Amino acid sequence: MTHVGYLVAGWGIVVGVLGTYAVRLVRRGRALSGRVPEVHRRWLEAPGPAGSEDGRASGA
Amino acid sequence: MGTTTGTAAGTRDTTGSPRSRLLGVVTLLAVAVLGVLAFVLTDPDVRIHPTTGEEFGQFDAVRMLYVHVPLAVMTYLAYGICAVASVGVLVKRTPWWDVTAHAAAEVGTVFCGLVLVTGSIWGRPVWNTWWEWGDVRLMTTLVLFLMFTGYLALRRTTDDPRRQARRAAVVALVAVLDIPLVNRSVEWWENRTLHQRSTIGELKIEDLTLFTLFFGFVTAGLVLAWLLLHRFRVGWLEQAALDHGVAAAIAERHAETDDAEVLRSVGERAAGEGTSGDGEPGS
Repeated sequence: MTHVGYLVAGWGIVVGVLGTYAVRLVRRGRALSGRVPEVHRRWLEAPGPAGSEDGRASGA
Repeated sequence: MGTTTGTAAGTRDTTGSPRSRLLGVVTLLAVAVLGVLAFVLTDPDVRIHPTTGEEFGQFDAVRMLYVHVPLAVMTYLAYGICAVASVGVLVKRTPWWDVTAHAAAEVGTVFCGLVLVTGSIWGRPVWNTWWEWGDVRLMTTLVLFLMFTGYLALRRTTDDPRRQARRAAVVALVAVLDIPLVNRSVEWWENRTLHQRSTIGELKIEDLTLFTLFFGFVTAGLVLAWLLLHRFRVGWLEQAALDHGVAAAIAERHAETDDAEVLRSVGERAAGEGTSGDGEPGS
């Protein structure tokens, strides 16, 4: 195989960066989940509070 | 990419859901299959010169194709989602659109950065250069990356959230105008780029190489979907945490005010009873 160094660097950086970013997202999500009532986490199939079309009462 | 935690209570403290976990497993499998296709099953780009009989081509460097091009296409898609969500921010003005736009911009910028890096690494063995400032596609892609980096910087300012969302939406809609320039640059400025014209549209690649490239699109799409989903949920939690924190602070302030009111009324009552002369505090 030719250009092994370039291939390892290119594919390695992609897998490394995307993997690190994914792990970081999961950790941030876990840290934030503990600070937010379950009612705000719609993916847990808990209904959101009334008051807005998307289940949020306030925000940007 | 699983997101479960070990404790029973902790299983709900996550941005994961059964469907997102399934998506994560499918994505990891697709990445593994793409690796096998790209490095084991496909052949290197080796051609024979018709007159001299010498071998030429990209050789194994062509295997960068299967990661660089899909990432570039998914960058367009992520920024396209950001643009649509930005229109939603300006029209609907709800947090859902804003969180979606922010998530798509961040994931798209990660992808765009990787496109620039993998392109540079691929260019060194193929074009004998890491970077070419005169290449119109490289420059328009760099401009796209920098504009969305500016978008993300704008999102970090301590401005009024509603105004910040509207300003960011306008920046995103301006930045996304660069995508047609990036995509068509090799056609419009053919003599000012090292990039070749589209090989997919003209079907210059075929068989397993073409299949692997399309499988690369599917895999990059799955990665994008997983990252977007979780980045959206993180953004949603950030807003909810902010709202919840503000609500808790207001409730605490009300409680303090109520306590002070009670203490003051008790004090006034005690003082009034003291002057009336019955001499029994707290009665």
